[in-house]
Amino acid sequence: MATQARQRQRRTPAAAASGERLRQFYKDMLLIRRFEERAARAYTEALVGGYCHLNLGEEAAVVGLMGALKPTDYLFTNYREHGYALMRGIEPKKVMAELYGRVDGVSKGWGGSMHMFDVTHRLLGGYGIVGGQLPLATGAALAIDYKNQEDVVMCTLGDGTAAIGAFHESLNIAALWHLPIVFAVINNGLGMGTTVERSAAEPELYKRGAAYRMESARVDGSDPASVCEAAGKAIESARGGKPYLLEVVTERLRGHSVVDPAKYRSAEETERLKAHDILRVFGEKLAADGILDDDAIAGIEKEVADIVTEAADFAAASPHPDAGTLFDYTYASPVPNDSRRLPGQPLFEPLPLPGVPT
Amino acid sequence: MSLITYRQALHDTLRAEMLRDENVFLMGEEIGVFEGSYKITAGLLAEFGEKRVRDTPIAEEGFAGAAIGAAMLGLRPVVEMMTINFSMLALDQIVNHAAKIYGMFGGQARVPMVIRTPGGGGQQLGATHSQNIELYYSFVPGMKVVAPSTPADAKALLLAAIRDDDPVLFLENLALYNTKGEVPDDDTPAEIGRAAITRSGTDLTLIGYSRMANVASGVAAELADSDGLDIEVVDLRSLRPLDRDTIISSVRKTHAAVVLEDDWLTYGIGAEVAASISDGAFDDLDAPVRRVAMAEVPMPYAKPLETAALPSKDDVVGAIRQTLAAVGRRTAGV
Repeated sequence: MATQARQRQRRTPAAAASGERLRQFYKDMLLIRRFEERAARAYTEALVGGYCHLNLGEEAAVVGLMGALKPTDYLFTNYREHGYALMRGIEPKKVMAELYGRVDGVSKGWGGSMHMFDVTHRLLGGYGIVGGQLPLATGAALAIDYKNQEDVVMCTLGDGTAAIGAFHESLNIAALWHLPIVFAVINNGLGMGTTVERSAAEPELYKRGAAYRMESARVDGSDPASVCEAAGKAIESARGGKPYLLEVVTERLRGHSVVDPAKYRSAEETERLKAHDILRVFGEKLAADGILDDDAIAGIEKEVADIVTEAADFAAASPHPDAGTLFDYTYASPVPNDSRRLPGQPLFEPLPLPGVPT
Repeated sequence: MSLITYRQALHDTLRAEMLRDENVFLMGEEIGVFEGSYKITAGLLAEFGEKRVRDTPIAEEGFAGAAIGAAMLGLRPVVEMMTINFSMLALDQIVNHAAKIYGMFGGQARVPMVIRTPGGGGQQLGATHSQNIELYYSFVPGMKVVAPSTPADAKALLLAAIRDDDPVLFLENLALYNTKGEVPDDDTPAEIGRAAITRSGTDLTLIGYSRMANVASGVAAELADSDGLDIEVVDLRSLRPLDRDTIISSVRKTHAAVVLEDDWLTYGIGAEVAASISDGAFDDLDAPVRRVAMAEVPMPYAKPLETAALPSKDDVVGAIRQTLAAVGRRTAGV
């Protein structure tokens, strides 16, 4: 009976389109998974420096949220952002090259893992300071409103960010001024090693919307379709001048960053995370529904592996920025008397002393 | 030319720039309905409406950041921070974001915004409301910091700041708002990063900015009358970038320098100027560089204590006399 129902579904164009969409979700989630695994490997090989925060475990949230945005909408996000950059349509090789700190990186090697930016794909920044993006995103929404444009800003943030002052200030301003913005809290349960329950007096974070008379909702972040649908509703509201707070409940598969062994987690929790890996669960669901079979999964794996390998090869081959460009990006408007001195250089070259041969 | 106050010059320039460019808009606490704590924006809400003259909630971090985000999308916000003391609530947005966004993303986004804010003590406002912390912003690459001392410079530097594509902290001063001066009618912006020699002289270089540039001019004029001294006055006008060349060529001519500032003595703008002189004119100096600045205390409320903490004209005259005395000893070979 169930099989017949599935076969009937597959025959309708709507079901076929839905199947194609779910396959694409799976492929996108897998791309993020394999990209992040490769980034972690590159980090351990010292090809990537600094901090490196991964979207592992959050793939469905990333894919669902980004799937609901128009290409012309804007995204502001935080430092756990590689997946978002990929889903905005930025070439994986440019994202990887940024991790490697190379000139072909999306921010020309100036930003690194935490500071990706691509104006053409309307990714207006990953931001390394917790919550730094919230006031900025609110201001971008203000500019859209000022110019009577139709675009929407999505601003993602982590659960820990709901504790900072800028969260309150930004949501208050956005609601007061009816700005076209969606605040999407990615609640993975942990701000570094601190649980939401230990950092938020109201751990159901979406309820904060009530303080601003802002519509809000909570959605299961393990299912990309649910996330996409909830995000679509939020974006629609924002486009109509009603900002929205969306909480996406997800899980962080590994430590806060690549170097964090996450010893604050129990062995049972780690086991549970492995057993309920959202990517595998989603793949099994699609297989059970007849949308993917083993061959298709193997094909997608191969395709994604090739993309990631190509990205890493491209990044490794891309040149390092020339030290001669060090002073290129301090100011946008040229200015007299701008200091362009390297460490050790004096402010003024010593003058020859009168009467002393040089 | 017209003879107007510093306040009027700011008001008229804001209005003219809003008329010239519809992307210029104002944000801040109490700037609209209340017409500004210091009435710089008086009448602008009535003329331009709420879209372009935005009263914000008391949320410095939130609205400073919103201005940055709006600037990233091409608007030219002019933010009023009620006083520079409150800008510390927005320090993260200004230092970590406004100043970084152009560089951090490889030049892909510009932040053409202005933060206007008054510093200054002497109004019995106590420890938290009397500070001069422009140094915090002058320290940061990516920021531009300007500090006009006259109505003419208030206009020319505000024009420059609004038309600049980088974040500019525009330092005003409570004690300057009612001062008057001739202001040119044309709208030629100043060049950010250039100091001005406001009085030419050969005996000593007196360096200041904002209110202390006015004090410097007053003292130089008085000492010319009373002692026949020929003091050169440098008004820094721009704190970042700092016009070291103008400072150094002046000191090479006068062989002595006194630096005036309204902020605390050590680690300050004066320290940077003195270090620059040491680097660029060491062999030309006939006396150590003196700094005259505020006493290093949280500003007290009681008037006699406040007066004692602030640098006065007499303090400046004393430092000049001592410096010239040191010059005399050295040049006389004593």
